[in-house]
Amino acid sequence: MQKEMAYSFPDEVLKHVFSFIQSDKDRNAVSLVCKSWYEIERWCRRKVFIGNCYAVSPRMVIRRFPEVRSIELKGKPHFADFNLVPDGWGGYVLQWIAEMAGAYPWLGEIRLKRMVVTDESLELIAKSFKNFKVLVLFSCEGFSTDGLAAIAASCKNLRELDLRESEVDDLSGHWLAQFPETCTSLVSLNISCLGSDEVSFSALERLVDRCPNLRSLQLNRAVTLDKIANILRRAPQLVDFGTGNYAAELQPDVFSNLAGAFSSCKELKSLSGFWDVVPAYLPALYSICPRLTSLNLSYATIQSPDLIKLVSHCPRLQRLLVLDYVEDSGLEELASSCKDLQELRVFPSDPFGVEPNVSLTEQGLVAVSLGCPKLQSVLYFCRRMSNAALVTIAQNCPNLTRFRLCIIEPKTPDYLTLDPLDAGFGAIVEHCKDLRRLSLSGLLTDHVFEYIGTYGKKLEMLSVAFAGDSDLGLHHVLSGCESLRKLEIRDCPFGDKALLANAAKLETMRSLWMSSCAVSFGACKLLGQKMPKLNVEVIDETEPPDSRPESYPVDKLYIYRSVAGPRFDMPPFVWSMDEAVKILH
Amino acid sequence: MQGGGGGGSESGSMSTVSRDENMVVSSEDSSCPDESGLELGLGLSLGGGGGGGGGGRQGGGFKMHHVSKGGPYARILTAKDFPSSSLSSSSSSSSSSPSLSKANVTAGTKRTAESVAVAANGSSQVVGWPPIRAYRMNSMVNQAKVLTMENRKKETSMVENSSIGGYRNDGNTKLKKSTFVKVNMDGTPIGRKVDLNAHESYEKLAKTLEDMFLETAPSVNPSGSTALQLDMLNRMTRHSKLLDGSSDFVLTYEDKEGDWMLVGDVPWEMFLTSVKRLRIMRKSEATGLAPR
Repeated sequence: MQKEMAYSFPDEVLKHVFSFIQSDKDRNAVSLVCKSWYEIERWCRRKVFIGNCYAVSPRMVIRRFPEVRSIELKGKPHFADFNLVPDGWGGYVLQWIAEMAGAYPWLGEIRLKRMVVTDESLELIAKSFKNFKVLVLFSCEGFSTDGLAAIAASCKNLRELDLRESEVDDLSGHWLAQFPETCTSLVSLNISCLGSDEVSFSALERLVDRCPNLRSLQLNRAVTLDKIANILRRAPQLVDFGTGNYAAELQPDVFSNLAGAFSSCKELKSLSGFWDVVPAYLPALYSICPRLTSLNLSYATIQSPDLIKLVSHCPRLQRLLVLDYVEDSGLEELASSCKDLQELRVFPSDPFGVEPNVSLTEQGLVAVSLGCPKLQSVLYFCRRMSNAALVTIAQNCPNLTRFRLCIIEPKTPDYLTLDPLDAGFGAIVEHCKDLRRLSLSGLLTDHVFEYIGTYGKKLEMLSVAFAGDSDLGLHHVLSGCESLRKLEIRDCPFGDKALLANAAKLETMRSLWMSSCAVSFGACKLLGQKMPKLNVEVIDETEPPDSRPESYPVDKLYIYRSVAGPRFDMPPFVWSMDEAVKILH
Repeated sequence: MQGGGGGGSESGSMSTVSRDENMVVSSEDSSCPDESGLELGLGLSLGGGGGGGGGGRQGGGFKMHHVSKGGPYARILTAKDFPSSSLSSSSSSSSSSPSLSKANVTAGTKRTAESVAVAANGSSQVVGWPPIRAYRMNSMVNQAKVLTMENRKKETSMVENSSIGGYRNDGNTKLKKSTFVKVNMDGTPIGRKVDLNAHESYEKLAKTLEDMFLETAPSVNPSGSTALQLDMLNRMTRHSKLLDGSSDFVLTYEDKEGDWMLVGDVPWEMFLTSVKRLRIMRKSEATGLAPR
């Protein structure tokens, strides 16, 4: 059968056909058809996505896919965003860069998320890849403006430099000036994370001037409002713009200059930045509001009336990020003005306050669910919720794919009935059949997990905190959620039973994180022994887990599947349960 | 770097290897809105090294069947597949479940207690909760500081009242409660981060840093919680070596102007507003460091 296939479709034809197959899943399927398809496919795969940098080694990737042009890697577990993963845990990219430098001279794109990137890595990228085009460092750390200078200076055809939410050590503001005069290829530049002294504004202006294809520009906070007009006039073709500081003394000429500059940007669809907003300057945006599809005001400390005014000018809005200053009234206005809304994120302005500082409740979200039929993605911080509201939301928005609710005080019950919120979240998973991502909060028993296991068939990522009563909860999830890839749990009474009973499930997932739960050291060791394709890592910053009895619960546990075996760059506070690795370092 | 996994098995179980590799090298990206969810068919055979399914029931019965997209043979092991006898082989899981669940509760509570830092105003704050990205927290605190500094600079507020008033409209300047700064120690390649706002004084900060970097032999004996509590007590009452000069190292910090100073000479609150990062420096290198 194989031979017939080979004769009827010469390699070149297959290669050509495969070149239309972009999705990794499809390519994986293709590679499993037969040996010759596997061979042909692997030689023509150009793009590789690795969701966990420790799941496979660079050498393995290189061996299988010799002609890669674009790579995407993710490092630390998601909970690292909330400081739950100690510094030094890992996620170093240097090894990858070093190996790829030799193997992929034509590598053009590197996208990293939650990884540790050093100046050395950046310098290596700069000198190893002659055709380097795209560097995205999302939520990365470990590098300084020196590394950026190397990239700017050497990458002659750089198209994208995106440092969103990364932590950069500022050493000198002049790295931007390192872009040679001949560099005119920039399409996207995101330097919003840089601190005040790190950007030479004149160099930025000159750069913007000579890059006619610049579509996306996110400035950093240090860029003052009066400078925005200068930039915009140099780049009227921008589609996506992030302001810096949006505050200044109200001056009519500055205002009209700014308004004029914005109105000259006929393609502008997406705005962000808006640190330190002076509301009087918001009307400068009115001319472009009708075209806006995405608005990130999540750093803007402006009050509801100003937000309402702005939002009512944006009928085409599809994506809104905002602080809870928007209040229920603002969300009601949003619901009536923005019928195309697909994504809403509401962040807390005072997350640690005990009393609410704004009038934002579950009502706001209910209003949006009623008014915006296309709503798909929700991230909502609030202080109270009810089952009734959740049921209403679920019924109004059956197309939800992402639902993340954070009721700020852990274990908060339904404020009307004082019941757990099991039924409410149950309604969400039951009605929203395409739900892929869910974050729970509030008072929750094992019942909610029963619902999730029963209905959450497409659920890929689940985040749980301060919930559940027993192992049964975890068992429902692990045994019921067929599509589950990432599970992260903190402060729940889940122990050994569910984990061991569903050990095999873990091999079908990318990773499992459990912290402040009740999984014993003994169970971790057992898992490590029995499941060679899993890396079972115990994190404990106070003392080695084997200095305590085996029944003692571990502090933090991170389990992920890997074909590369245990990693060798673990810091002293991470212990591998793999038998091949000594437990005591 | 890697030894196991798909190492030498190209010839034999190529399909297993490539499937495994396919699993880890695939576009399972929940942040990418276009991806659909389900995994491809998985042909895992477990316990490859550990005697497969042939051996005893001892922790076994792990045979994993072909899982495909909603296919009829999708099967994931449940508690039913896992005979309880194999669970009891591991020390404590099932046989002592009542006491374990008690221990769980204690341990869980204790752990939660440990992960709760009592903030300055007395309200307890749990680490990493609410789940707000460190990037956002840092932005918010910088924002409030800018606003405060702007107010100090100008007597008449240059910005409209509503923007400042808005941020503090409940009367109390609630800044974010976590300020993580980097700490490096001479001779240690891996830096750490410490939350300054979780400490109320130099002493507490120094102790945390000593715990992190200057590892003394843990004085626990394996008899559980009492010993651990005693150890914690010892650590809390132990005088800080970093601050009293008895260690080979001193604690220094870089301030907003880029100067390196000895920690401890200015009031704690003033320190909090000017510190950018910390460094545990060798005493020999710290000569010439002027206290302010």
